[in-house]
Amino acid sequence: MSPEFRVRVGQALGNERVRRNIRRAMDGLVLKRCKAFPDEHELTVLRRRGKLIRGHALANLPDLLRELERNCERNGIRVHWAETAEEGNGIVLDILRRHGAELVIKGKSMVSEEMGLNAYLEAQGIEPVETDLGEFILQLADERPSHIIGPAIHKDRLEVAELFANHFPEIPSGEDIEGLTAAARQIMREYFGRALAGISGVNFAVAETGTLCLVENEGNGRLCTTVPQVHIAVCGIEKVIARLDQLPPLLTLLTRSATGQPITTYVNMISGPRREGELDGPGEVHLVLLDNGRSRVHADRELRSILRCIRCGACMNHCPVYSRLGGHAYGTVYPGPIGSVLEPQLQGIDRLGDLPDASSLCGACGEVCPVRIPLPGLLRRLRAEGIRGRKGSRVIGRGSRRKPMHQLIWALWSRVNACPVLYRGLTGLATRLRWLVPTSLGPWSRTRAAPVIAPRSLHELARAEGLEGE
Amino acid sequence: MDKPASVYFFGTCLIDMILPQAGLAAMRLLQREGIKVVYPQGQTCCGQPAYNSGYDKEARAVARRQLDAFPRDIPVVVPSASCAGMIKVQYPRLFAGTPDKGRADHLAARVYELTDFLARVLDWRRKDLGEPITVVLHHSCSARREMGVAEAATVLLSRLEHLETLEPDHAHECCGFGGTFSVKQPEISAAMAADKSMAIASTGAQVLVSQDGGCLMNLGGTLTRRFPDPSQRPAVKHIAELLWERTHEP
Amino acid sequence: MSAARDRILQRLRARHPAEPRPLPDNPVRRFDWTGEERLMRFKECLEAVRGEVAWVGEDWPRILFERLREKGAINLRYALDSDLGAELEQAWPDGDAIRLIPHREQVETCRQDLFSRTDAGLTGCLGGIAETGSLVLWPSVQEPRLLSLVPPIHAVVLEASRIRSTFHEFLVEEDWAGRGMPTNALLITGPSKSADIEQTLAYGVHGPKELLVLVRQDQGPAGLA
Repeated sequence: MSPEFRVRVGQALGNERVRRNIRRAMDGLVLKRCKAFPDEHELTVLRRRGKLIRGHALANLPDLLRELERNCERNGIRVHWAETAEEGNGIVLDILRRHGAELVIKGKSMVSEEMGLNAYLEAQGIEPVETDLGEFILQLADERPSHIIGPAIHKDRLEVAELFANHFPEIPSGEDIEGLTAAARQIMREYFGRALAGISGVNFAVAETGTLCLVENEGNGRLCTTVPQVHIAVCGIEKVIARLDQLPPLLTLLTRSATGQPITTYVNMISGPRREGELDGPGEVHLVLLDNGRSRVHADRELRSILRCIRCGACMNHCPVYSRLGGHAYGTVYPGPIGSVLEPQLQGIDRLGDLPDASSLCGACGEVCPVRIPLPGLLRRLRAEGIRGRKGSRVIGRGSRRKPMHQLIWALWSRVNACPVLYRGLTGLATRLRWLVPTSLGPWSRTRAAPVIAPRSLHELARAEGLEGE
Repeated sequence: MDKPASVYFFGTCLIDMILPQAGLAAMRLLQREGIKVVYPQGQTCCGQPAYNSGYDKEARAVARRQLDAFPRDIPVVVPSASCAGMIKVQYPRLFAGTPDKGRADHLAARVYELTDFLARVLDWRRKDLGEPITVVLHHSCSARREMGVAEAATVLLSRLEHLETLEPDHAHECCGFGGTFSVKQPEISAAMAADKSMAIASTGAQVLVSQDGGCLMNLGGTLTRRFPDPSQRPAVKHIAELLWERTHEP
Repeated sequence: MSAARDRILQRLRARHPAEPRPLPDNPVRRFDWTGEERLMRFKECLEAVRGEVAWVGEDWPRILFERLREKGAINLRYALDSDLGAELEQAWPDGDAIRLIPHREQVETCRQDLFSRTDAGLTGCLGGIAETGSLVLWPSVQEPRLLSLVPPIHAVVLEASRIRSTFHEFLVEEDWAGRGMPTNALLITGPSKSADIEQTLAYGVHGPKELLVLVRQDQGPAGLA
C-alpha cells in the first residue's frame, strides 16, 4: 500500500464527523433505491435491458459516434473531439475566448472534473461558477467532489451554514436547510443573468437524433444551457446510445438507482441552438467529445464493460469500503468501485494499484449495478494486471505491482498446495508444532485474536475414518 | 437432483487446519442421510488466496490439483460458500483457453455448498434436541451473492424449533474478511469487522454461526479481542457444527 | 480537430472489427390503465413531489387567477401568439390585480424583467406521463424555454386526454425520432428541488418554486376515455 493512500485511509477512518455524515447518507440512499425497485422481476428485466443497450452502444461505438456527430452537426451543434483532457480544456478555452467570456456558469459535470477544467480556466483568467448546489458548496470550501451524484455528501448542514456565513455575510441564510437553499437561489440568480457562456455535462448522447440528454433536479442545468449565448457540453465518448427510444429504460434505471427517484425534476433533451424565430436558447451549442484513455479501455474486451457505466453511484452507495472512507480517501475524481476500476486504467496501475486492492470483493456493487457491470471480476482482473499483464493487455503499468518477496511467497505457497504429499506433510507438522506457531500475525493480530491450529487436521481425521476410498 | 449414493467432500484448507471439527460434523450430517462420503487425500486448497491477489498462474497450478482430486462424476460438497464459489464460478474463467477447461467445467458443475446441498438436494429435516437458544446467522458475501445460497442456511435453521435467529444491524454488509484483504488493508478491514462484531454482540445472541469459516475467524477473533470475557460475547460455530450438535444424540 | 477525431475512431476500430450487433429488444413499456386511472396516478405522483393539480374546464383562466392571487402573484407572463394566450386574454378576471404580460421579446431585451419582475409564467404542454406525474414540454417559437423556468411560479394547462401511461409510450407512439426533435424537449416533474444538504429535500432551488398544473377535461373525471 502506498504511504499516501495509507495516510488518507487513516485520516478518513479517524474523522468521526465525516464518517457519520457519509454513513448516514449511504444508509439513506441504499434504502431509497430499495424502495424504488419493489418488483424483483422488473428490476432483473430492466438491468438486463440496460446492459444490452449500453453493450450495444459500445460494440458499435465508432459508428455511433460518427452518426452522433452527423446528426448533431445537422442540428447545428458543433462537435469537437479531444484525445486528452488538455486538448479538451484547450477547446473549451478557445470557444470562451472567442466570445470574450470572463465568467462561465457550470452545471454539474464529472467529466469536467476529470479534465481539471475549473483550475485550467482560472489559470487563464476565466471565472467558472458552479451552479449545482452541492458543487457550489464545494467551490466555497475549495474541495473536490466526494461522490459522483451528491458531491458535498460528506458535509453536514452546520458546515454549509458556516461556509455561507463566511462567504456571504450580507445574505441571511441561517442554519436550516430551507434557509440555506433559499440563500443559494438568491446568490446564483445574479450569475444566471450575467454569464455569457454555460458548461454542462451530458448523461446520454443520442446518435439517432443528435440529442444531448441531461437530467437534474435543481433547474440550474436548464439555466446554464438556455440563458447564456454559448452552451458547451462536455461528454465522454462512451456516453453515446444508439436510439432515442433507449432513453426511457436508461433514465428509469439511472434515477432509481442513484437516488430512488422515479424521475428527476427535469429531463432535458437538447437538439440544437436557438432556431429562427425562437426567443431564447443559446446561439451556439458545442459538444466536446473526450477520449482521455477510454479508447484504450474499449480495446480490451473484458475491461470494456466498465464503459457501460451510466454514472448512477449505486456501487459506491452500497460499498462497505466507500461508506467508511468517503470519496476523498480514494484521491481520484471517480471514487468507490467505479473509480477503482476506471481510474487505474486511465492513470495507470503503477499509480493507482492500491484502489483495486482496497476491496473485500464482497460483490455488493455488482449486485446493484443497473447495467450489470461485473465490478468484482474487473477488480480482480486489475489485480492480476498489476502482477502480470494478460497476453495482449494494454493496461498502463501492468506488472508494476509484482514484488519479488510476494512473488516468492506465492511461488512457495503454490509449490506446497500443488503437491498433496508436501501439503499433508507440512500441515501435519504444523498441527504437531502448533504451540510454536506465533500467535501474533502482524496486521491481523492488531485487532483480532489469532486463529488456533487444530491438533489434528481434517485430512488426518478423514484418513483415520477410512474415507478416501471410492 | 435425486439423492446421490455418494459424494466427494472438499474440506477447504481453512477447515482442514483450523476448524476440522466443522468438517467432521459436515461429513457426519451427510453420512447420517445415507450418503457415502469420499474424502480424497489429494485435495489441498481451492487456490482463491492467490487468485484474488492477482497471481493467476500460481492459483491455476494449485487449482489443477483439485481437478485431479475429484475426477468422478459425483457431487462435490463444500462447507464454504467462498471456496465453493471459487470452484463453481471462477474455475471456468481461470482455466479458459487452457487444455483443462473441460475438466474445470465438469468439476464446477458438480460443486455444491453444504447447506445448499442439505436443503435443496436432501430436504434436510431433523428434530432439534437442544435447549432454546438465540443465534445470529451471518451470511458470507459469497453465500449471499456469488453462490446465492444464503436462503439455504436460513431455511435449515428455521427447521430447528428451539432455535431463534436474531438479525443484527446492517446484516447485508461484508464482515471485512475478504481473505487477503484483511491483511493487505488491515485498517479498513478492522473497521468493518469492528462494526459488524459490535452489531452482532448488541443482539445479545448466544451463538454466531456462518456457512463460512473465514468470516467466523474474522468475527470470532475480533469479538474475542473486544470481549475477553467469554460470557460477554457469543460462541462462534460453523453451521455444520451447530446443525450436528443440535440434532445428534451424543 | 478532425485529426483527433480520426485518431480516436481509428483506435476504436483497430482491435475489433465492426461487430454488427443487432439492436437489443426494447418493448415499449406501458400500463393498462383507464383514462381515469391515468389521471389519478398522474395527480398522485405529481403531488408527491409538491406539484399542484387542479381540475379545470373552460373556466381555467378564472381558476388560475384565483390560485395566483392566493400565492400573492401580481403578474403573469404568457406566450402571445397561442390558443392558450387568446383564451387567457379573453377570460382574465382582473388585469389590474394581476397584470398579464405577453412574452414576445428575445430574452436579451427582457432579461431583467423576466428574471426579477415576473411572478408567474404560463405555458401549455404536449401532454403528461401518468407513471411519474410528468409534463412533456416542447418549447417553441411561441412558447420559449425560459417561460417554464425563470418565474418562481410555473402554471401549465394540460389536456387530460393527452396523458399517456409512460414516457416510452409517448416517445414511440408520437414518433419523436421520426418527426424531428425540437431545440429542447423537456420533461418536468414538480417544482425544482435539491437534496444536496444532508440528503434532505428542499424545494424551490434554481428553477420554479411552485408548479401548478391545470388539468383540462371536457367533462368530469368520469368522462375520460
